Formats: sequence, C-alpha cells, structure tokens
Amino acid sequence: MKALVAIKRVVDYNVKIRVKADQSGVETANVKYSANPFDEIAVEEAVRLKEAGVVSEVVAVSVGPAAAQETLRTALAIGADRAILVQTDDEVQPLAVAKILKHLAEAETPDLVILGKQAIDDDSNQTGQMLAALLGWAQGTFASKVVVEGGKVLVTREIDGGLETVALTLPAVVTTDLRLNEPRYASLPNIMKAKKKPLTVVPVAETGVDVAPRLTTLKVEEPAKRSAGVKVADVAALVDKLKNEAKVI
Amino acid sequence: MSVLVLAEHDGRALKPATLNTATAAVRLGGPVNLLVVGQGVGAVAEAAAQIAGVAKVLVADDAAYAHPLAEVLAPLVVSLADGHAAILAPATTTGKNVLPRVAAVLDVQQISEITAVLSADTFVRPIYAGNALATVQSKDALKVITVRTTAFDAAPATGGAAEIVTVSAAAAPSAVSAFVGQELAVSERPDLTAARIVISGGRGMQSGDNFHLLEKVADKLGAAVGASRAAVDAGFVSNDLQVGQTGKIVAPELYIAVGISGAIQHLAGMKDSKVIVAINKDEEAPIFQVADYGLVGDLFVELPKLSAALPSP
Repeated sequence: MKALVAIKRVVDYNVKIRVKADQSGVETANVKYSANPFDEIAVEEAVRLKEAGVVSEVVAVSVGPAAAQETLRTALAIGADRAILVQTDDEVQPLAVAKILKHLAEAETPDLVILGKQAIDDDSNQTGQMLAALLGWAQGTFASKVVVEGGKVLVTREIDGGLETVALTLPAVVTTDLRLNEPRYASLPNIMKAKKKPLTVVPVAETGVDVAPRLTTLKVEEPAKRSAGVKVADVAALVDKLKNEAKVI
Repeated sequence: MSVLVLAEHDGRALKPATLNTATAAVRLGGPVNLLVVGQGVGAVAEAAAQIAGVAKVLVADDAAYAHPLAEVLAPLVVSLADGHAAILAPATTTGKNVLPRVAAVLDVQQISEITAVLSADTFVRPIYAGNALATVQSKDALKVITVRTTAFDAAPATGGAAEIVTVSAAAAPSAVSAFVGQELAVSERPDLTAARIVISGGRGMQSGDNFHLLEKVADKLGAAVGASRAAVDAGFVSNDLQVGQTGKIVAPELYIAVGISGAIQHLAGMKDSKVIVAINKDEEAPIFQVADYGLVGDLFVELPKLSAALPSP
C-alpha cells in the first residue's frame, strides 16, 4: 500500500517571532525555516510503516514556494521515496490546501494520508479533517498510535481527558500528535541519497484549485505582555497575598 | 439569522466549554441555537435549555451518536447549516475534530480558536503559539468557527427557557469508522480546563510519585493538577495533564507553577491566567517574569508548608 505524507515549510520552532512594525504580519525575512514538527512526525510514521513492511511507497507532498523543495528533501532524507511540490508564492489557506491534497490523492490513490495535526505558524488544525471530508474518507486525528491491520487502521487519539481508539476503513486520513514517534535525524548518506530521489514540481494552476484566500488578515499584533510581580519571602507571605491582596483563595 | 453552537457533553452533563462558546455565539448576534448530539441525552438537553441566551435546543438522540465520531456528526451539522449565519464549537479535541469536516463540506474556510469577536465577520485569533494575534475577516457567507473557551466568560447556566426541538429521529452509523475504546483518566479533581485553580508541576518534581505533594495542595484548594511538557516527556504523568502550546490552554483565576522553568511552550498554555504563582529554586527562572507572586525555594520544602498553611476544604 501507498502512503501520502503532507509537509509544510514553516518558520522554525526555535525562532522568536517578531511582529512587523506595520502590523501586516510577522517578520519572515532572514528567518530560519524548517519542516513543521508535526509533519516531520507524519513522515517518520510513514517511513516506519514502510520499514515494517506495511507500506510499500511513501510520497511526500508540499504546497508552497520553490524553497519548500528543501523541506521535501528533508522528508526524502528521513526515508520518503519521492516528492511532489505544488508550487505557489501566494498564501494558501487550509481549505485550499485540502483541495490541492485531494487532487493529489486522486492522482496517487494512496491508502493512507498522514499529516501533522496542525502547522505551528497559523495553528489552524484543519487540513487533515478537511481533506478527509472532501474525499469522504474516515479520519483519525491527533494520533498517538497507528496500527494497520486487515484493511483497517486502528488509531489511538489524544483527546481531552485521555485516549480514544477508533478503527478506520482504508483509505483513511491520519493526523499526528506529538507522542506518536520521535523523528530520526537523517544520516549524511541518507541526506546525499535524498538529493537523487525524484522531486516533481507542479505549478498550483495545474491543479485547477482556486487558492484565493477566504480570510483576510487585517492586522497582526503582539499579545499584551505580563509584567513580573513581586517575590515573597515565605509560604506564609504567599498565602497572605493570595487571600488578602489577590483574593483568589 | 441564527447562530448554531455544537454543545459538548459527556452523555450525562454539559461540559463547561459549551457555556463559554455560547457567550461567543451571543456576541455574533442573532438567536443562539444549541445542538445536543448523543445517545440518551435528554437530561443534557434539559440543562442546555436553561442556559441564558439560548433560543432553541436542537436534539439529535440516536445510537449512531453514542460516540462523537466526526464522520457521523459532521453530516448532521451540515444538514442543519441552512438558516444559520455561523456554526460554532468549542476548540476542544471534539470541536477541533468535527468542525473542519463540516467547514470543508460547506466549502467554508474555518476560523480556528477565536479569542475575540469584533463583528459578525471579523475575529481575533492567536497564531505562532500565541506569540502574535491576528485580526481576520471572513469572506464566506457562512462562518464556521472554533472558540478558545478561556477567552470568553461562561454564559449563566440557568435563567434561560429555550424550546427543545428534536431534529433527527434516526441516523446511519458511519460506514468507514468505528469507536473501539476509550481510556479516560479518572479523577475526583475538577477538569483542568474548567478549574478555578490549577497547580502544575514541572521537571523539578523529579518523579511522578512526587506529584502527591502537588495533589495535597490541590485537594485543599479544590484545584486541578497539571504538568509541563518536560514533566510529561520525562514520564512523570500522562499527557492529558499537559498545559502548554501542545497541551491544554488554561486560564484559571489562580495558576501555581511548581518546579517549572517557564519555557515559551508552557507560557503559551497558561499566561492568560488571572493570578500566577511560581515556586522554583532557581531565582533566574523565566517563570518569575510572568508570575504575580514568586517564591524562591526548594519545592520539596515549600509544598508541604503550603499544604499545612491552607485550611481543609
């Protein structure tokens, strides 16, 4: 069976975000980019399924600028077999990404599509669910365990208050949570090998998807900062402050 | 035009997140209809009808709805979209799972985790883990929205007298997905996201066993117990206790961070708390920069003292 993995190029999680002075967005010039961490987990999971003999081919796909080819190369270095970049310099919002992924899924006919549960830039947490809806497939979101057996995938999901397991008929969409796995560091030989793996670039227009944004960002601001309060000498002083000053206990 | 709110419940009672979402719905304007989906949810619907500001409670009670599978819930919500200007759900794991599926079918770009309603089409939502706030305007005729519950006050649970209407007599079970099982943490303490007071432990707790020190204080205060990602990753406690960017977002009246250094990822989950207390032996720990009250000291000394200083509930 074939696995399709979606991966997004985002501002690296270690970068301290700065809001632009004109409030038009966040500063992205001269900022380090990398693969969305949740998507890296998705690639790792697909590659592990391949190593376990469950999956025969892993195709990594991305929607974004030409530079997203680097991000796809990291997926290839982890162990994906080939990659497809749907190229555009415009902002593509989750619904449009889901439509593009649907287009790719119809062409590639994977049994499993694995994506990160959310991208750490827009924090939308939508694309996987939307893709499943558009394809009419089952969805297993926020996965902490994925087991493929007998034409089904058992997904253990991280839900408020604990865990839930669902059985999904394949083909299905799975989105990853943090505890699903720890992505490996790609070895140098694998990074070299990845450079020779096939990477196809498709202009977004060829997918026929209207990517015009439905949400207009009017402004981006910094959140209000909290200021440091006071240090208290001991527990008695703390309890006194909480009772008589803050009045919260 | 009305606003439809997907109620969150556990089959027996409404979850408080529903009340916060109702407040956001009221701000959008227009009558608020609350949708209760489940099996044997008559009592939940009765409680929903009491919420102040709710015009109508729509009830879909069927065996197919025994578990909130997105594949079953989404078609029902889609079928009720007509006549509504907006569809809202709390940004809980259920809301986040179901609503994008609804939005895609309706060809709507969802607006996730709003923290403010500026007008019927303009909202504020956090991006980059809350390090920036975006004001976004939707061009879609219908709005599909998840609500960050900590950003909205709870609507009064009583005082309303909504009409209860049955909307779906029967439903087909999902052909592609099935519920297998659930492992829910059982606790006598309040739910982390709904608690008035939260006390969380970090890597400084050193082991899961040491969390009983926190629990003693929690029980005196009627507080929920949380943890930082470091404590979860170290295996001290289970992930459903995690407060932070990748865990739960909380905003209680009082948040007590114990042995937590204050990584950005943790602050993203608790910085909207009204009062923050930090107990840490490292006086340079970043957590002190956001704490209203800081106590520099060894938690293994200070926690028993704190527990002793508090009256029994």
